[in-house]
Amino acid sequence: MTVWKYDKSDINTDMLFPGKYTYTCSTPDEIRPHLLEDLDPEFTKKVQEGDILFVGKNFGCGSSREQPVLGLRSVGVQAIVGKSFARIFYRAAINQGLLLVECPEAVDAYEEGDEVTFDAAAGKITVGGKEFSFPKLPPAILAIRDAGGLLPYTREALRKK
Amino acid sequence: MGKTFAEKVLAKKSGEVEVVPGQIVIVKPDHLLTHDNSAAVVGKIQADLKEFGVARPEMPVIILDHVVPAASEKTATNHQTSRAFAKKYDIRNFFDVGHGICHQVLVEKGLARPGSIIVGSDSHTCSYGALGVFSSGIDRTEAAALMLRGETWLKVPETIKITLTGKLKPGVSAKDIVLTIIGDIRADGASYKAVEFHGDIQNLTVEQRLTISNMGIEMGGKVAVFPVDDQTKAFLLSYGVNENEYEPVWADDDAEYIQELNYDMGAIEPVVALPHTVDNVKKVTEAGEIEFNQFLLGTCTNGRTSDLEAAAAILDGKQVAAGKRLIVLPASKKIYEEALEKGIIIRLSRAGAMLLPPGCGPCLGAHQGVLAPGEKCLSTANRNFKGRMGCKEAEIYLSSAETLAASAIYGKLTDPRKEVA
Repeated sequence: MTVWKYDKSDINTDMLFPGKYTYTCSTPDEIRPHLLEDLDPEFTKKVQEGDILFVGKNFGCGSSREQPVLGLRSVGVQAIVGKSFARIFYRAAINQGLLLVECPEAVDAYEEGDEVTFDAAAGKITVGGKEFSFPKLPPAILAIRDAGGLLPYTREALRKK
Repeated sequence: MGKTFAEKVLAKKSGEVEVVPGQIVIVKPDHLLTHDNSAAVVGKIQADLKEFGVARPEMPVIILDHVVPAASEKTATNHQTSRAFAKKYDIRNFFDVGHGICHQVLVEKGLARPGSIIVGSDSHTCSYGALGVFSSGIDRTEAAALMLRGETWLKVPETIKITLTGKLKPGVSAKDIVLTIIGDIRADGASYKAVEFHGDIQNLTVEQRLTISNMGIEMGGKVAVFPVDDQTKAFLLSYGVNENEYEPVWADDDAEYIQELNYDMGAIEPVVALPHTVDNVKKVTEAGEIEFNQFLLGTCTNGRTSDLEAAAAILDGKQVAAGKRLIVLPASKKIYEEALEKGIIIRLSRAGAMLLPPGCGPCLGAHQGVLAPGEKCLSTANRNFKGRMGCKEAEIYLSSAETLAASAIYGKLTDPRKEVA
């Protein structure tokens, strides 16, 4: 597992996935080559299943485009630990079943090589042996993630009707 | 204890007696806006549409505006898919290529009504707050789920109260107000929060309020709302919406706010947002000498008739500086026609402007007016992110239509107050 740390404020959706591709790339295969293109061109070449991102304040601000979330999910990113997240990005992550953890102390604590563990259900994260807690999501929102995202959740709900 | 705008709208729309910040409510939005991304939205639910259909065909509003006319086979196919979907599922509010930018067209079609809830798979959906609408951006997946189910969840936000007093000075605009606020509270200053504007609102036209609400997302806001007054009512009536067709909602006098800010509009000065964040704001007089290659007048922020007129008034009898490009996009076909009839377009054209069809155009870098490495563009848009206009080695600066027009004459950043005296 690799930790990718981008502790910079206001990393926006254009840096995560440039707007010029918004109407030509929408599937994971189309998104992947451009993922984080203007932030870290190495990321998409080296990222592996189970990797984690540590990010700064207001991560994902800007456009409502969901390709950054879809892309990060499709390359197998396990979770994003951030100082804070922009609203639409946060919502998009819930809707794709991607775990976002708001925990500024954990971001500050992380240094290269530190071991990181998660317990999403308990709201605990450890960074280099130090334990931090993060607020758990309300049950109504956790249900969306547990269903594997908003579309599977919606299908289940509609079939139950 | 009184309630905020957001608390009142969300209580009313969710059928709760009262709601508190942090609470999650289920609502049926009055409208769901999608644009060129409609193709991607329906692409996610092809099989589901056959099984479940569209929950409420009166809810979706589809406006094709982002890459119009199509720039490639792929974008043309997106439009084709959206058209076919609208036809098959009886989406009555479908507006094809050529109507203009979604946020302007939705207003012109009388679909943004005070006290309603509008969500859209576009971050600038917050624009309708200018008309007392609870409106906010969502992602494509949520738009797809809404097509099927017709309802979604919203968290009741805390609210920031911003009181605007006094009156703008000549040459200073609503764009300067909102950029000044964003510069102060930063790009995440209103994250997850509602923003209410109070004070001498009567001193701002509805078009000016639309500019301010449009940029609510640039401070992280969920909604950015104004009260409904006689100007709002007259504005809506001009688009065929009668007063008995909506129920305005506004905050109680004793509502509780998480933060309160005050601005004297008379003290606001022309400002510019420097690359590469919207909150990197400086007064024009303090930003130094910045020479530009291109000027972009238009977009959902500042592409209305009043913006085109303000720019034409400054450019009258002058020329765009040699070697510089001025691109103008009226925000809608209706505005284009109005500007043609009023003679604004010919004045801009004679000053050296190049006219593009109504749409989003260069703002998102997908086509038209893309920048070259090392170039600088002054734009009336709402975002100056790196790479936004199609080139990550270019720089985007944001200003009002007035500052843009004055700067186009000299080819460099210029205080518009000198030109309107």
